[in-house]
Amino acid sequence: MPAWHAAFAAAAAAGDPYYLHCPACDAATLPPRRVCPACGGASLTVRPLSPDATVVTHTQIHVAAPAMRDDTPYTVAIAEFDEGVRLTGRLVDADDVAIGDAVELGARPRADDRLVLTFTPAD
Amino acid sequence: MSVRIAGVASTRYGRHDASSARELFADAAADCLADATVPLADVDAVYAGNFMGELVEDQGHYGALLADYAGAPSRPAVRVESACASGGAAARLAAHAIEAGAADVVLVGGAEMMYPVDTPTITAALANAADDAYEESVGLTFPGIYAAMARRYLREHDAARDDLAAVTVKNHENGVSNPLAQFHRPVDADDVLDARPIATPLGLLDCCPISDGASALALVSDDYARERGLDAPITIAGSGQSGDALALQDRPALHRIPAAERAADEAYENADVDADAVDVAEVHDCFTIAEILAIEALGFYERGDGVRGAATGETAVDGRIPVNPSGGLLAKGHPVGATGVGQLVELAKQLDGSHPNQVADARVGVAHNVGGSGASAVVHVLRGA
Repeated sequence: MPAWHAAFAAAAAAGDPYYLHCPACDAATLPPRRVCPACGGASLTVRPLSPDATVVTHTQIHVAAPAMRDDTPYTVAIAEFDEGVRLTGRLVDADDVAIGDAVELGARPRADDRLVLTFTPAD
Repeated sequence: MSVRIAGVASTRYGRHDASSARELFADAAADCLADATVPLADVDAVYAGNFMGELVEDQGHYGALLADYAGAPSRPAVRVESACASGGAAARLAAHAIEAGAADVVLVGGAEMMYPVDTPTITAALANAADDAYEESVGLTFPGIYAAMARRYLREHDAARDDLAAVTVKNHENGVSNPLAQFHRPVDADDVLDARPIATPLGLLDCCPISDGASALALVSDDYARERGLDAPITIAGSGQSGDALALQDRPALHRIPAAERAADEAYENADVDADAVDVAEVHDCFTIAEILAIEALGFYERGDGVRGAATGETAVDGRIPVNPSGGLLAKGHPVGATGVGQLVELAKQLDGSHPNQVADARVGVAHNVGGSGASAVVHVLRGA
């Protein structure tokens, strides 16, 4: 993974996730953008992201790429944050999830020590 | 736009264990030039779609390679890679070259080999059409992305998985009588619903197969056709292409493909037709849900009504708006880089009245080719005599 993603995942693992805010149009995006895709503004600033999110869709993966083959079946969800961004993560500590469920962002190391973004059901 | 399709050819899509991309492309190219009655020496340029040659054949530089083995090694040749829309994008660039007056004859095609590697490896290769950092890194596969879109679509429109199955049933029925198709066996709804899960809610028969294959077109200018006295009445009358964020998470609508809507609008405007004028469509049904999103993007159905298409028979060969009479990607197969060109091959046969699943009185055809989960979309409008 590139350095920007390793830093982003490490921040999520530490409970300090962040996103990018465009002061020109108020759009919320994710690293490593240089330019706001909504307005072309180039003054994106880093802001803290609340780890609480809501599931907008999900799927249980039964056929995976070789690196994830031993994990199957596993669930991947896309969740939306109050700040306006969405992230894709692996569901952990639960067997299933539904659209509308509250989840919390984190990141956990795989066997190769690489961090994977995760969603845990919120209490 | 007025670019003439002088000749078309596809290999059968499916498993070609004893072959390779260069051999399949050479076969399709020779057949299409013969169909066009255009000599190889007249070819001014070659555009070829290919997506994953590096990972399957340990080969790059396909533009030059495929032109070389097609017998045109000295011609300017470019490989076009826009994931699953590589073929459509190649055809669009070739048409633009003719429209700009930079070429009179262009050989445009695509070739892909997928069977030489195992399923997990091809799953990883296909996932390269998605965002490696944000999607592949958490284990979201390519079928998984469309499954996530399907889940949201079913929720938004109060539809069920059974509604998707009708697409597979229709397209496999069409594939039975298309000799170029990968599958020639009908399936019923229970077969689709009982198939093993790939990425829920999609099962094996909601997904197109992996395929080897090649397709080619000989595109010529109006002037060339007139001077050579070619019988080439079918034209590319309109072309549209649009893009979007690569990662599904960055797109506001999870159950639509806005790039395809924009590409369709542009192609219709370019051809000066509207959706009502379309007689037959070949659309990018890489998954059942994808055909439903396609026929909504093309304006054949309102949003949320696309599930009715196959279920009511309206998209059957003899229906109101026939969709994928070739069998589509689901039954004809999906050799990724060839697919967009293969759709145009099928439509050209419809417009000259020679298709094995002929749509009656077909005059206007539309091809819809999508790359990734909707970050690339190419739409072409073809017009017959």
